[in-house]
Amino acid sequence: MSSLLWLIPALPLAGFLIQVVAGRRLGDPKAGWVATAMVGGSFLVSVAVFFDLLSRSHEERRLVQHLFTWVPAGNFKVDMGFLADPLSVTMLLFVTGVGALIHLYSIGYMKGDENFSKFFLYLNLFILSMVVLVLGDNVLVTFLGWEGVGVCSYFLIPFWHTDPANATAGKKAFITNRIGDWGYLVATFLLWTALGSLNYVDLIAKQAGPNPIVGITANMLVLLYLCAATGKSAQIPLFVWLPDAMAGPTPVSALIHAATMVTSGVYLLVRLNPLLEQATWANDVIAWVGGITALVAASIAISQNDIKKVLAYSTVSQLGYLFLAVGTGNYVAAIFHMVTHAFFKALLFLGSGSVIVNMAHDQDMRHYGNLRKYMPITAGTFIIGWLAIAGVPPFSGFWSKDEILSGAFARGGAFYVLWVIGLLAALMTAFYMTRQVVMTFFGPEKWRTLGAEDASADEADSADDHAAAHADDHGHHGLTPDFTPTESGWLMTLPLVALAGLALIGGVIQLPFTAKTKFLERWLEPVLVGGEFHLPHGVTLWSLVVIAVVVAIVGILAGIGVYAQRRIDPAVVEKDAFAHAWYIDETYAAVAAPDGVGRKAFDGLAWFDRNVIDRAVMGAGWLSARTGDSIRRLQTGQVRGYALGFAVGAALVLGYFVTRMGF
Amino acid sequence: MFASEALAGPAFNPLPWMILVPAIGAVTVALLPRSRQDQAKIISLLFAGISSALTVFLLTEFAAHDGGFQFVINAKWISSWGIGWHLGVDGISLFLLVLNAVLYPIAILAVNPGHDDKPYYAWLLLLMAGSMGVFVALDLVLFFVFFEIVLVPMYFLIGMWGHGDRVAVATKFFLFTMFGSAFMLVGIVATAFLHQAASGGPLTFDLVKIATDQSIGVGAARWIFLAFAIAFAVKTPLFPVHTWLPDAHTEAPTAGSVILAGVLLKFGTYGFLRFGLYLFPEAAHFFAPLLLSLGVVGILYGAIVAAMQKDLKRVIAYSSIAHLGFIIVGAFALNVQGIEGAVIQMFNHGISTPALFLLIGWIYERRHTREIAELGGIQSVAPIFAGTYMLVMLSSVGLPGLNGFVGEFLTLLGAFKDARWWGVFAASGVILAALYLLWSYQRVFHGPVTEANRGFRELRLGEALAMAPLVALIFFFGVYPKPVLDRIEPAAKALVAHVAHYSDADGKDIPVPVASASDDGGASDHSGEGSGHGGGE
Repeated sequence: MSSLLWLIPALPLAGFLIQVVAGRRLGDPKAGWVATAMVGGSFLVSVAVFFDLLSRSHEERRLVQHLFTWVPAGNFKVDMGFLADPLSVTMLLFVTGVGALIHLYSIGYMKGDENFSKFFLYLNLFILSMVVLVLGDNVLVTFLGWEGVGVCSYFLIPFWHTDPANATAGKKAFITNRIGDWGYLVATFLLWTALGSLNYVDLIAKQAGPNPIVGITANMLVLLYLCAATGKSAQIPLFVWLPDAMAGPTPVSALIHAATMVTSGVYLLVRLNPLLEQATWANDVIAWVGGITALVAASIAISQNDIKKVLAYSTVSQLGYLFLAVGTGNYVAAIFHMVTHAFFKALLFLGSGSVIVNMAHDQDMRHYGNLRKYMPITAGTFIIGWLAIAGVPPFSGFWSKDEILSGAFARGGAFYVLWVIGLLAALMTAFYMTRQVVMTFFGPEKWRTLGAEDASADEADSADDHAAAHADDHGHHGLTPDFTPTESGWLMTLPLVALAGLALIGGVIQLPFTAKTKFLERWLEPVLVGGEFHLPHGVTLWSLVVIAVVVAIVGILAGIGVYAQRRIDPAVVEKDAFAHAWYIDETYAAVAAPDGVGRKAFDGLAWFDRNVIDRAVMGAGWLSARTGDSIRRLQTGQVRGYALGFAVGAALVLGYFVTRMGF
Repeated sequence: MFASEALAGPAFNPLPWMILVPAIGAVTVALLPRSRQDQAKIISLLFAGISSALTVFLLTEFAAHDGGFQFVINAKWISSWGIGWHLGVDGISLFLLVLNAVLYPIAILAVNPGHDDKPYYAWLLLLMAGSMGVFVALDLVLFFVFFEIVLVPMYFLIGMWGHGDRVAVATKFFLFTMFGSAFMLVGIVATAFLHQAASGGPLTFDLVKIATDQSIGVGAARWIFLAFAIAFAVKTPLFPVHTWLPDAHTEAPTAGSVILAGVLLKFGTYGFLRFGLYLFPEAAHFFAPLLLSLGVVGILYGAIVAAMQKDLKRVIAYSSIAHLGFIIVGAFALNVQGIEGAVIQMFNHGISTPALFLLIGWIYERRHTREIAELGGIQSVAPIFAGTYMLVMLSSVGLPGLNGFVGEFLTLLGAFKDARWWGVFAASGVILAALYLLWSYQRVFHGPVTEANRGFRELRLGEALAMAPLVALIFFFGVYPKPVLDRIEPAAKALVAHVAHYSDADGKDIPVPVASASDDGGASDHSGEGSGHGGGE
């Protein structure tokens, strides 16, 4: 089965090449079907590899395939190698599985777009890169995929690139990620000097051996890879690109900016768990970055009115939970929540896409209402996603989030604070998701009464929501009072139903009751050298569960109280600071703005180059030309003469050779 | 007479012919009767093509595991002065010759001069001859001759077929380089006489002999190294003597920019390796911190200034300063990874940047402007053109999977290993590269189509054909750089061993060399020692 491993990237690669060569001829919808089939094929092979691994004993659950040597230089050598073990196969399954569903959905969503086949070309390229990222058996092949997904994101965010806001969002995503890449590169150099290899297998062996990487080196490595992960997985301080990335078509938001790519930072850190085990304070940094991001992003989500922006900040917040889990050493919970999050967040994004398409591409939730009447499938599946992310049992998100929180609780000490932070974020999550569901699917049909107040509302919005107003803007905001929404076709609702099913039952892979029901933990055990993580049990466990459920219910009830029953004015809750994302992005933007400090500094350097360096060097040359008698002959007017002389001389020299050397 | 003898037997040495064929071509084109001026292009292509074919032959015959010079010719030229017709190629120069072979035919094919075809093509061919010569000359005087010959055609290409204030710019280019060359000439003469004095033998300008003897005193060698370094710093160019480059690039005709970026800039970095590290290993080691610093400054400064340019060609010109900075950083890391990275980065920069200049040249042909502000929205009307530009740009950004990444990564890795903090700072260049390239891309290709760009023509077949080899190389060497690295490695190892051997001594009494560079070949990787000039962990 190891010999089949290469097929997993090869299929999307083939799909990509087919789109390059024949995409336009295949057209809409055939190009989409081909692309979907390739990713589906990749999923099937992944399933086969999964069962192959499952049939082996724990120690033998590792398939390695080396295709060729990629970069050899002296004692540095990196192969194009793939590693299938429980960790990468878990990722593969949901990347290709959810990926295939989103491909299918896209056939419906992108119907009629003039660049239909190009969309699938990029989508296949993305899956290819993601698979390479996951399967890479060393840090550099992972980096190949890491950059590949980044560049696909850069292609897809400004897919409708004629809008400058979309183009800017794409550029911002790439450049912000590059800041993280600096960390990745330096970490990789350091890893090589410390390990003499970049292979994960070698790292595992070294860390298990008598002479592991420890101390400051281990901590610095973790910190630098964390820098990389904060870029890719949108954590503080580099999270600012993800909300803007919502400018891309909604399937892109679901696939890349919610379910798969943004989890790669977490995947990388879990991959490096043998290193994390030897790091000390760096792991606490991971946990705090995650906890604070979870809380801050959740608070921001409360004040967003763009349906996708809510989900974007929600994603940032949920990714924060994953970092919190990694930082506490609770890797199983991180992967568990990564998988369930992929299900319910992809579902929520695709649901929002279904709403957007059927609401004339208007993304403002203040224009929605009562949509459950017109889109019953979208509404029903969205509600399942809502309950899952809010942490209501028995939906999948409940189990995985609870495991992260109890993990933090179990660590004790300063982690109690993180546990409280996590609970607060959970409370807010339940609240803002309830707000979203109520505003979208319940209440009065607000687009019916838009009319006069519409203009003023839009105006007020334009200041802070500039990108959002343009986001997903390949149609016009055509909501009129007599507009009647309709449900999406089966191409779009089928993936919704499938994902809703997964969001509902996804928790079964890791139920906390007995060792037997913790399937994921046993499955991942061979790749997690830290040994099992001891979660609380007995009374403590059940108390924590009860607290988590209460928090979720309080959040939901509060949401209903504010938005459905209007007992409190929403303005009380929706703080300005939340709406402005704590002014973090705006501060960055101010630096890069035309009159910002950063831009001025850059401009200053360019001025310095032109007016100081150039003139100084030219002046020095002029001075020496004035003083040096011999050089004076070379002044401007006589260069030609000199040059001609040189050319003649050169010709003579060459002629001399031809005759003299006897060629 | 060429053809019949050319392929006779395995003893055939293509090196002199790679120089002479384009030189003869230059004369032939120059002597074409006016009535047949329209054939100048095809004739030039023929001569350049033969020279390129010979390079391909060289590539196939090159012994990959040999770290010494191959295809060596060592004949006397001016024997009374000890000047020799000494040619040879090793892993460091091999792919620079290949670069010549790829770029010159494309430059001839892809752009038309517009007027005065005959002299244009004649100069271009003479340029090719000189470029070939620079990379194979193993005699100091011979190298100097080729190094200087090249100035003349480039001066005329800019001065006659350039844009804007072309004569002044051509003169600036000329004077800058001449300024550096004056130092180099002094250095060459001093090297030869000091070597003669120290070794007691006859006067010689033979690079290999002087480099293996290492008989010049440490103090003198350091001074002479500096003299060479000034010449190469101007050529590379390094901060602060770089300001000729943006001007020259901007006003040069497209073919001039292609050759300038692709080949001529490599004279400086190649010179550092061959006449810095090889000729003066101890001095190179001594001055490494200085050059590493200049390299890092180049990476950051070049990138920042590139970001603020308003002319697309100037953006790419400054980007070259940044890219060449990586090469310097790799070279003066003085370890195998750094030097291999430097050499492959020379090659890769020589593919990507010329490709960008070609594309910008075609933008200029279509729109008669390179002002970023006047462009915009081109992706909507010419998606294939935009896609090609995007691909080349990403290679320049250093995206893994494309060619630009490999050299950048290895130079930084090498630097990190033995010059840690320089490596850390240099690595931040990857952020800035994305910044200036993506920003310029957005303003040129994204956004709504402006009225003036509505008629922007899609990539034509001829243009696509000219780009095809470059695009193919971008992909191929991004995924499979091994054939290149394998051939560079023995020479890089030999050079590293050479530098280590002479710089590990404390500098008072340099031991008598026991082995030539090529014998040191597989001796040691040296990279495991980690005894660099950088900080520890």
